[in-house]
Amino acid sequence: MSTVMVAKKVKRKWENLPGKNTFCCDGRVMMARQKGVFYLTLFLIVGTCALFFAFECPYLAVNLSPAIPAVGAVLFLFVVAMLFRTSFSDPGVLPRALPEEATFIEMEIEAANGNVPPGQRPPPRIRNVQINNQIVKLKYCYTCKIFRPPRASHCSICDNCVERFDHHCPWVGNCVGKRNYRYFYLFTLSLSLLTIFIFAFDIVHMVMRSVDSGFVGLTGFHTYLISLNQTTNEDIKGSWSGKNRVQNPYSHRNFMKNCCEVLCGPVHPSVLDRRGLMLEGLPGSTNPTAALTHVSKSKNPEAQPTKTKAEHGPDDDVKPDVSTSTTDISGLEKSPSSSEPEMLPSPQDLPPEPPRDNTDCAPGKEDTY
Amino acid sequence: MATEFHTLQEMQHSASLATKVFIQRDYSEGTVCKFQTKFPSELDSRVERTLFEDTVKTLNNFYAEAEKIGGQSYLEGCMACATAYVIFLCMETRYEKVLKKISRYILEQNEKIYAPRGLLITDPIERGMRVIEISIFEDRSSSGSSSGSSSTSSSSGR
Repeated sequence: MSTVMVAKKVKRKWENLPGKNTFCCDGRVMMARQKGVFYLTLFLIVGTCALFFAFECPYLAVNLSPAIPAVGAVLFLFVVAMLFRTSFSDPGVLPRALPEEATFIEMEIEAANGNVPPGQRPPPRIRNVQINNQIVKLKYCYTCKIFRPPRASHCSICDNCVERFDHHCPWVGNCVGKRNYRYFYLFTLSLSLLTIFIFAFDIVHMVMRSVDSGFVGLTGFHTYLISLNQTTNEDIKGSWSGKNRVQNPYSHRNFMKNCCEVLCGPVHPSVLDRRGLMLEGLPGSTNPTAALTHVSKSKNPEAQPTKTKAEHGPDDDVKPDVSTSTTDISGLEKSPSSSEPEMLPSPQDLPPEPPRDNTDCAPGKEDTY
Repeated sequence: MATEFHTLQEMQHSASLATKVFIQRDYSEGTVCKFQTKFPSELDSRVERTLFEDTVKTLNNFYAEAEKIGGQSYLEGCMACATAYVIFLCMETRYEKVLKKISRYILEQNEKIYAPRGLLITDPIERGMRVIEISIFEDRSSSGSSSGSSSTSSSSGR
């Protein structure tokens, strides 16, 4: 250290400091050797905030308040300032003992230990001090050649003894000790606030956007209808409210029951039998044109067997017949008559369909056979 | 024969040939900066006990003033936090002001008391606030006066 004074004053003291720190800005900045995670931290913070300011703030400033980006900017700057303070400052490094001091301490230790017989390990170098009526042991640091003050510890990553050593934080790329602990704490605190701030306004932004486009409103409206067991149509017409004050006879008068009925009620089957087969030569059946349109709707022949099988769920007896051959099916396809409910859409067939279908079914199948 | 020390160079050149005594920290009150007032035996013949104890006690008082947690430190801390500690780039902290007072005091003590007795007190800040280093000049002049360069040049690197 004395060479700095004696020499031409070109070098500064930081260039001669032992330990594994890196220095920047002519000794103003002091960091640990591994800085990769620090750059990641910086990138994450700056990146997230840049996205927030670019995409959310224009909308929020116009639609809510220009104070939002202002507060966000202040918070962001504070976070970055605290991060830099934590990362770039000296955490409270204890300089190593100069040779004379080291020798003096060693002499004291030897005097305290007394004579150690050769071959035996010397006792550990510990000094006891009484602090506020409690005995605290001060350990000797072999690297720094000093007795560490209470609460100091040697950081192996930076190779320094640090006063009031908290921990070595890779996220800030430095040790956290006596001198930069408050900046570290303010950094974590302000970063948490910034995260909550951005998250909250993200949610607000999303809600506002969806309300604008009506999704949330629509969902809310239908939730309201479900709870009252009403339809939109009834609501528009005012069937159960307003003038007549007629009560909704379908409502269970209970919010949960209404919801359960709509959402968890039985799954009604379709009574259309859209995929059913059309049968030919059936009296009272619909006109051929209708049958043909239906048949053309009945899709591919190869798919027929399995599909008609399904369609004929209620008419179980026709199952084996239908599954046998495709020729039957092609025959079926051509025949205008049909006992199937497929005929339903044509008006004259509508009411008596089911019974007629059953009676016609058997002859129809026989025909195909 | 009195030799005038005009530069730290001369002092150091001389000091490296002398013995050094190290006054250790007193941790009985915790981690506050305080030095032991125990009179080292090496200084027995060199300086009066009372003078030495006065010096160390005054230094201890200075450090206590610097580290005092009270109204002024609280105000300084809050104001600095409100400005994201940017204010520290312009303003000197209370501790730094007291450290300057300490270095002036040590300089004065060296000139008045210790240099005439062939001793030199090194500012603890140059030794990491761990020890007060007292250099004993053995065969050189015992009545040289120290120049003021020691404290100022050492604090430039901080």
